[in-house]
Parts: sequence; C-alpha cells; structure tokens
Amino acid sequence: MLKFVKYFSIIFFLILSNIVSSAEKSEKLLTTDWTFKGPFGKFDRASLQRGYQVYQEVCASCHSLKYMSYRNLSEEGGPEFSVQEAKAIASNFEILDGPNPDGEMFTRSAKLSDKFAMPYANEEEAKSANGGAYPPDMSVLVKARKGGADYVYSVLLGYEDPPVGIKLDEGVHYNKYMYGNKIKMPAPLSEGLVEYADGTSATEQQMAKDVVSFLMWTAEPHLEQRHKIGFRAIIYLFILSILVYFSMKKIWSRIETEV
Amino acid sequence: MSEHNYQPKSKFGKWFNDRLPLLTLANHLTDYPTPKNLNYWWTFGGILTFCLITQIITGLVLAMHYIAHADLAFSSVEHIMRDVNYGWLIRYIHANGASMFFLAVYIHIFRSLFYGSYKSPREIIWILGIMIYLLMMAAAFMGYVLPWGQMSFWGATVITNLFSAIPLVGESITTWLWGGYSVDNPTLTRFFTLHYLIPFLILGLVVLHIWALHVPGNNNPIGIDIRKPSKDTVSFHPYIVVKDLFALLLFLILFAFFVFYSPNVLGHADNYIEANPLVTPAHIVPEWYLLPFYAILRSIPDKLMGVIAMLSAILILAALPWLDTSKIRSAVFRPLYKQFYWILVLDVLVLGYVGAMPAEGLYLLIARIGTAYYFAHFLIILPILGKVEKTLPLPLSISEPILGGSLNAEPARSDPNTQKL
Repeated sequence: MLKFVKYFSIIFFLILSNIVSSAEKSEKLLTTDWTFKGPFGKFDRASLQRGYQVYQEVCASCHSLKYMSYRNLSEEGGPEFSVQEAKAIASNFEILDGPNPDGEMFTRSAKLSDKFAMPYANEEEAKSANGGAYPPDMSVLVKARKGGADYVYSVLLGYEDPPVGIKLDEGVHYNKYMYGNKIKMPAPLSEGLVEYADGTSATEQQMAKDVVSFLMWTAEPHLEQRHKIGFRAIIYLFILSILVYFSMKKIWSRIETEV
Repeated sequence: MSEHNYQPKSKFGKWFNDRLPLLTLANHLTDYPTPKNLNYWWTFGGILTFCLITQIITGLVLAMHYIAHADLAFSSVEHIMRDVNYGWLIRYIHANGASMFFLAVYIHIFRSLFYGSYKSPREIIWILGIMIYLLMMAAAFMGYVLPWGQMSFWGATVITNLFSAIPLVGESITTWLWGGYSVDNPTLTRFFTLHYLIPFLILGLVVLHIWALHVPGNNNPIGIDIRKPSKDTVSFHPYIVVKDLFALLLFLILFAFFVFYSPNVLGHADNYIEANPLVTPAHIVPEWYLLPFYAILRSIPDKLMGVIAMLSAILILAALPWLDTSKIRSAVFRPLYKQFYWILVLDVLVLGYVGAMPAEGLYLLIARIGTAYYFAHFLIILPILGKVEKTLPLPLSISEPILGGSLNAEPARSDPNTQKL
C-alpha cells in the first residue's frame, strides 16, 4: 500500500507539472463569478435575459443558434421569459415555411415551436459575407471549446493591438486568447453597445458575462435540473451505502471474519 | 456445493425443475462457496456486471432517439440532450458509463495480475476476460464515433487507417471497412450496427466467464486452493452479495459525481463540433482508456510495426498464464514480483499519460522506453522471475495461518462437488 501511494504521488506530480508548464505556454484565461459553477450552480435569470439581448443585438447577425427554439426562452431553468414575452420575441422573426397547397414557399412570423431564425441561408452565404470565415453556430459553442465559459469570455475581452513584429492581413484581428491569436471576427463588444432595460450598465465585462452565461445555458439547457437531481442522487446513495454498510457488518458478524 | 441433492420444496417447483433445472441453478448461485477472505478488489466483478447492464439499458433508450446518418447524427444527439425527457441524463450515464466500465475493468485486470488469478486452473476464465476486454474496446471506439463530432470522425479515420498498414491488401481492406473512399455515412451506419451488436456478444462471454469461474471457484488474496465448502468459505448469498452491493454503492457515488457535476470532463471539447472532413483537429486523441495502447502505436516509427506492437500488447495478455512460470499465485508471497507488478502499473500509467501528449521530443522517448518495458515485463521478467524468485512460505488454509501449505493442498479440480455444475 505504501508503494502504491508512492507511485501514485509520482504520477500526480507528473500530471501536475504538465498542467503548470502548459499553463505557462498559453495565456491564463480570464474568469468571472459565474453563478452556474459548482454543485449548486444556477443561472442568474436577469443575466440570461440580458445575455439573450446581447446575443440578439450583437451576435445574431452572423452566428446562428440552430438547436434553440423560441419556446426554450420560456422554459424552466433558462432565462424564463413569460410565455407572452417569448411569443412576442418569436413574432419579430420571419421564417421560411411551405410549400403551401399551391407549391409556393412563403414567409411567416415565427411561433414558439420554431427554431431560432438563421442569419444566413447556408454556409456558403455565411462565408462569403464574412471574408471566407464561417461564424460557428453557437448552440454548443461553450462546450466545444477547451476552457469552456472562461475561454469564450476571454476571447470576447481579449482584443488587443498586435505585439510588435506580428503582421496581420486585412480583415484579421489580434486576440490574446484565441487559438493561434488570429481571429477574423472584429471586436464585437464596446462600452454601451446595448441598452439594458433593467438599467444595468453595459460595460464590456458585463455584456461578455451576460452573453456567455446565456450561451452556457444554450449549451446545457438542463444544467439546473442536472445539479438538483445530482445532489439528491448522491445524498440518496450516501445514506443507502451507510445502511448497507451496517447490514453487511451485521451479516458478517455471524462468522469470525472481518469485512 | 449442494446442488446435486437440491430438491425444490413445492410440487410445482419439483415438476418444473425436473424439466428445466433453473431452480438448481439459482440454488447453486446462492450457495456458491466463496473464499471468506476476498478483499474489496474482488467486488469489481459485480460492479462490471452492473456497468454492462447499465450500458445496455441506457443504450437501448438512446438508440430509440438516435439517427445513424452522417447529416443527422449530431443534431439527433442534441435532440436527445434537449428535447427527450431526461435524455441528457441517459446520454451522460451512457457516455460516462463507458469510462466507469473501463475504470472498473482495469482494476479487475490488475487485481488478477496481482493475485495471479490467471494461473492454472483459471486460464480459460482469463482468456475469456481478455476477449471481453477486446470487444469492450471495439464497442467503446465505435460508440465514440456515433455522435459524429470532430473527434468521432477523425478518431474513426485514424483507427480505420491502421488497417491500411497491412501489406498488399491494406488499402482495399480499409476501403471495404469504410464502405467508400473515406469515413462517411456507410461507415457510420455499420459502426452503429456493430455498436448495437457487440454488447450482447459481451454479455454471452460474461456468462461463459462466470460459468468458467464457478468450476474451480474464486481465487483469493493468499492464492492457495481451499476446500469447498469449508470453514474457509462463505455462501455467496448473503455474505458476498451484501459486500458487493456496498462496494457498488460507493462506486455509484463516484459515477454520479461524473454524470451530474462534470459530465464532459472525460470527453473531448472538439466532439461538440460537428464532423467536418475538411478541418483536421490540432490533436487527435482517443478516449483516456485507450491512451496506453495509442502511446505504444505511436512509439514505433513504422506504421505496420506500430499496429502489430499495439495488437501484441493486448494479445500478449492471453499468453500470460504460460509466460508467468511461477507456481505461486498471490504476489503477497512473491516479494520480487510485487515490486515488478507496481513498476508495470506505473509503466501503464506513464504510457497513458504520454499517449495524450504530442508524439515528439521527450514524450516520444518516454513512450519508447515505456513500450519496451511493457513487453520486457511479460516476455523477459516474468518467465525468469518464476524460476529465480525465492517465495515466502504459504499458509495451510485461510482460517489457520499456519505456514507450510503447498499450492495444491486441496486441488480444486479433484473436488467431487465442483464437477457438478
């Protein structure tokens, strides 16, 4: 057993030293006081609602949310807009539907059951409108990047003038946290870009935090339920294992063997 | 064992049992004499059975909602995560369940290595176990392809490309496996079919594995043969059942932590990007449980030799009962083997670690040393060790720790009761 501990600590040290050395290589990510982290983490409704506003007014012109439906906006565990509000939001968007009985495609305003309207008709159109770079769908973006919410938050706030010696092509921007440091998306946020209805001051940090929280929710719409069920499941298993432990002790006491 | 004179109490029971002796089987399983000194490392057999059943049940439900099509697979998984009732829970149990399954199987295998459970008369149990392990790897790999994310696609490309290393027919075999000229929809549909099939093959092998186990009975921490039933044994029910249940509950607590609080930590972020044949991820890495073999594969500069080395690393285990020349089973009485055992554990962990790193510089060097040592352990150290090692004296029985026992004090095979299953 002693040896086991010894070897285990060697491994642990190996892994730890690598984490430390890799952290030195790349920039340490920015973070903020996320409300959804930890075993009791929940979303901040107001922040998600503001985040939706930022998404809609800033991101949605290029980035789709193709796995989200308008009904999700009023569902439990999300921004929890009222059903009326969600309906009103949906009705602002035009959706291509059809064909009708005459075989014609037509547009109509969106309903709760519709998926979020797409900014571009197809990937080719998206690329040609963005200098050849495809703005990724943001439905699961936070889960699709190493570093998660911290990474997306850092990229949003990581725009800088390029260091001396780095030459950027036309339409390419320098970002401290982006993989490879080059990004085609221009800095999306600037002080006061949106006007929050609840009076929160729209600083870059605030907008970044709100929109990343919102994107965390779109990536994990059942996060709150997961945390809640998980806590109950673990408490249940813990109590049951104590009961079974004493049952086991009792049963094994019939014979003279330690268990 | 008492099954040969077991008589059901009810008249119907007797009538039924004379025609299909299910009650005799049930009686055998409850009465099955088990060494009373089994420690908690022995509880992983039960845990693994639980893992297999869990994977099959959650997998069945997922298959009801999943669509095996290159254009729809990724979005059908998102549909499961978002719109299917508790779909997120089922999928996270299934995805993390694979990791838990491998965690348990590695503990189970290394327990066997420590206590010499693969030695005579348990060679067939061991070989069946290796077959189960191989099928598990195939099932896990194909399962990882199904969500059709970037790692799915590129992992499938890398692994299926290994077959192209076969001389002359390699390219044709790869094309045949793909069902086309690259990993695409035909590959996905056949992987789904096989992923659905393999767990049931595993289930069949598990039945054989347990059947073969019940012939000689369990090995035990001191590795001597014991009289069954005797003072050294307890009946499987309730003693072992309750102990296995307790261990399973502790295992489930760990399982639940992954499922509920870090469901994606064992996966790779790139697999939440839909597969794109035009964009290669920066690092293509398999799931953690395949990393030691991935390290062995990449440590050899020649592709064909790399594939052969990787396959040999697994298949060499099947020859282990004959490579290990020591008559003593348990490492408790083998002071030198015990040292080498822990070095092997360390070696496999290091291989797993470098398997996750880029194959260059120091990592590549470590991978090569680790690979060489891995084979040396089985091909050089074990055969010699059995001949030169001075082992400690064995006790007579579990209950009487009097020294002077020999390995086959009560040869299990000549026990009249054990031949009656």
